[in-house]
Amino acid sequence: MNTPSRGMGALTLLVGLAIGLATPVSAQTGDTSGADWEQTLREAQGQTVYWNAWAGDQRTNAFIQWVGEQTEARFDVAIRHVKLSDTAEAVTRVVTEKAAGRDENGSVDLLWINGPNFLSMKEQDLLHGPFVRDLPNSRYLDLSRGSANTTDFTVPTEGLESPWRLARFVFNYDTARVDNPPRTMPALLEWAQANPGRFTHPHPDNFMGATFLKQALIELTPDPAVLQEPVENADFASATAPLWDWYDAIQPHLWRGGETYPSNESEQQRLVNDGAVDIGLSFDPASTAAAIKQGLLPPTARVLIPAAGSIGNVSFVAIPYNARHTAGARVVANFLISPRAQARMQNIEVLGAFSVLDFERLSDSQRARFEALPDAPALPTREALGKTLPEPHPSWMTRLIETWAQRYTR
Amino acid sequence: MKNVRRTGLRALIIAVLIGPVLLGVAQTLSAAFGWLPALGERTIGLAPWRTLLDQPGLATSVQLTLWTGISATVIGFALAFGLVASLHGRAMGRSLMPWLAPFLAAPHAAIAIGLAFVLAPSGWLLRLLAAPLDLTHPPAWALVGDPLGIGLILGLLVKEVPFLALIMTASLSHLPVRRWLIQARSLGYTPAATWLRVVLPMMWPQIRLPTLIVLSYALSNVDMALILGPANPPVLAVTVLRAYTAPELSSLLTAGAGAALQAIGVLITFAGVWAFERLIGVIGRTRLRRGRRGRLSGVALGLAQALNPILLGMASAAIAALAVWSVTWRWSWPKPLPEQLSMAAWQQPGDSWIGPLGHSLLFAGVTTALALMLAIAWLETEQRRGASLLAGILYLPLLLPQIGFLPGLQFGFLQLGIGPGLLAVGWAHLLFVFPYVLLVLVGPWRGYDPLLSRQAASLGAGPLRRLFRVKLPVLLAPVLAAGAIGVAVSIAQYLPTLIMGGGRINTLTTEAVSLASGADRRITAVYAILQMLIPVAAYGIAIIAPMLRGRRHRLLREPRYATGD
Repeated sequence: MNTPSRGMGALTLLVGLAIGLATPVSAQTGDTSGADWEQTLREAQGQTVYWNAWAGDQRTNAFIQWVGEQTEARFDVAIRHVKLSDTAEAVTRVVTEKAAGRDENGSVDLLWINGPNFLSMKEQDLLHGPFVRDLPNSRYLDLSRGSANTTDFTVPTEGLESPWRLARFVFNYDTARVDNPPRTMPALLEWAQANPGRFTHPHPDNFMGATFLKQALIELTPDPAVLQEPVENADFASATAPLWDWYDAIQPHLWRGGETYPSNESEQQRLVNDGAVDIGLSFDPASTAAAIKQGLLPPTARVLIPAAGSIGNVSFVAIPYNARHTAGARVVANFLISPRAQARMQNIEVLGAFSVLDFERLSDSQRARFEALPDAPALPTREALGKTLPEPHPSWMTRLIETWAQRYTR
Repeated sequence: MKNVRRTGLRALIIAVLIGPVLLGVAQTLSAAFGWLPALGERTIGLAPWRTLLDQPGLATSVQLTLWTGISATVIGFALAFGLVASLHGRAMGRSLMPWLAPFLAAPHAAIAIGLAFVLAPSGWLLRLLAAPLDLTHPPAWALVGDPLGIGLILGLLVKEVPFLALIMTASLSHLPVRRWLIQARSLGYTPAATWLRVVLPMMWPQIRLPTLIVLSYALSNVDMALILGPANPPVLAVTVLRAYTAPELSSLLTAGAGAALQAIGVLITFAGVWAFERLIGVIGRTRLRRGRRGRLSGVALGLAQALNPILLGMASAAIAALAVWSVTWRWSWPKPLPEQLSMAAWQQPGDSWIGPLGHSLLFAGVTTALALMLAIAWLETEQRRGASLLAGILYLPLLLPQIGFLPGLQFGFLQLGIGPGLLAVGWAHLLFVFPYVLLVLVGPWRGYDPLLSRQAASLGAGPLRRLFRVKLPVLLAPVLAAGAIGVAVSIAQYLPTLIMGGGRINTLTTEAVSLASGADRRITAVYAILQMLIPVAAYGIAIIAPMLRGRRHRLLREPRYATGD
């Protein structure tokens, strides 16, 4: 693609090496040697990484663009953001390529992924790696077994995907219109009955709609522990019976009588902004503050956190087995977990997504970057977010979506 | 020797344009019956069909598809006919093109987005009515995403009526309509009855193909259905697209079955049109023999005429809404106008529209130029008689639903080593640009006075010189019009860009459609406006350039192919 002139290449090589070498080899976890990483950096030079990422959020798109500018300047690795409306599109592409026998030079280099899509690719052996421990910056992560960074919807990541941001389920609402917003699912039902047509959720085909159903399931099911096992091992009917009772009761009081649903959380945010519904939802606690800044929500909008805590997960990046620019993709994955990129990501004026780094492992000056970040009135603190509820096993999500569709599609 | 070369060229054109369609259809059909060896699927059987038919809401999807597609086509046909009949012989009728050009040129997605801005419960219409009606919240009913698909039908109408009206106007130029009107009046028939009983049957053979194209599109479009159509469940084409993009391998087979079902549905409605045509023929003849003078025709035609201004008004409001939203900062409900204006949406740093604009221009420019060359080559090598069946096959890409063969084609291309990218997308665009260009050029080429070329030949001009120095200058206006339509068709392509580009190629259209379901109307509006400006500019050039040139070349008047009788 747009390879810089030879001289520029050499210069960026030097810069890249300098940064790579600034990492003390002894501090690295795993069996990586600095020389291996140098080799990766050399291979990556001049590559353009096709990063397939859900593009429904403008701030994330802008952040990805910034990452591309940084990696290009530092490592001579350009990023082309392949904008997805659904991550499954990219998974299908890799599946199709494998089917057509295209085992190298695939069209996807890096993929923003988690949950069922990850499980699907892992099961079909479509992922490159393990590679996470080879990344020099992985030393800032808590990669112990069972930690949030090594478990994706209960499935062990086994180094096949590298974390980059935290997600937490939250509601939001306009304080100018709603006085006492409901903070539990039973309270939400009462509220919807008292305010018919003023609440909805995205269609469960969309991951945000599915997450809402999962949050409701965790709050309503008699024993949430069974959700950590594959659904085949549990009694699906009895575990979900309270959910469907609750949903049968609330559905007639949803926006437009529950006959249609917004297609994703952005569309629902537009409904909140228009005053068509009163409560929105998001997988990003910072999105409300950011939307106010962009003029997409009224300044009186605030985040609403479920009383019993809410579902949280980590977003990862993975590299398909047939990626054309594996080295470049590794360089990008490594840059994403650098303290510099993570601090910028957590800045509410940029993106506001919470960092995946373990602050214990940062130096004082690295921590200072995070402590200096600006604040916003609609931005909840980490403490205010309360307990993180673990994601159920992916098989639950699939069954929930199917059952919902059977019950509520005309 | 010359004949061999001619046949070879025509065979090549068919191979380039129809080969991919057949490849796509074959792949789709084999997937529908479980045969996709490259995927390890070798169980031939009806399993994919069973999975498809077990999908919740499939019956509703199919009903919705038929209802929206057929009613949009029938109403659109009636409105277009009413428009043409009411404007015939008037000054405005002669210059219909400039009036309809913006709607003709505007891509489906842009019109859909604009209509949604106007008609949604929180749209402009209800913002204007909120104060008089004393509404505190946007109402719960809606014309966008409504379960009956009214919004989708309206959107389709806005695009179909101008297209059909233009085609009808062109076909009228070959018919002695004025003479018929006078003769019929002397026999006591009203003009309305004459239009319905004489002009329409005579016009029908010439507009059958475009009508079928419209019908096929209305039954199978994806981008308008995504923006304006119902969501739970959506129309069949959207269901198929979802199955195609689902992560499970097996759903590719289900998608194949869905695509085949979509194609079968379209073919069945074509058969319905054929049967209806026969039926009307029989009934019409007996009624004519009875000799009634048909006062009701006036009512029917009048109704169609009355609805046209409403439709065009709505379409104009949609375009205005796009312009206003693109320069809005904050416009909360129920203010009738934005509270704060800003150019911020045009200056998005993170998400520049420059790249998608470049892609759109590239595809539009290259495919239109190629399509023009191929279409002229096709017409120049045409033998006087016969071969019409062969020519008909060139319209196959427009008659088959896109979703019916593009997924298969992507897979076929991949096996041939053509990965998702510029080439695959450009080729797919060409499949749709070419037949439209051909459709526009066929009439003028047949109407061209061969005497001009013969005179040039007698003056010693060779075939190429005759083509470039005589024929093309004379036919400049239709060539430019065909080019403009080519540009508009390429710009509007959503599914071919999405599927053949593997999501890597962003055009204004793919961006606009994906942004349309997002939170930010302002940025969506920017893409929709840009998407509209390119074809509108192309139409502007096609309309104005021949006028300017006309002043200099008074003698080189083109034949009367589209000027009315």
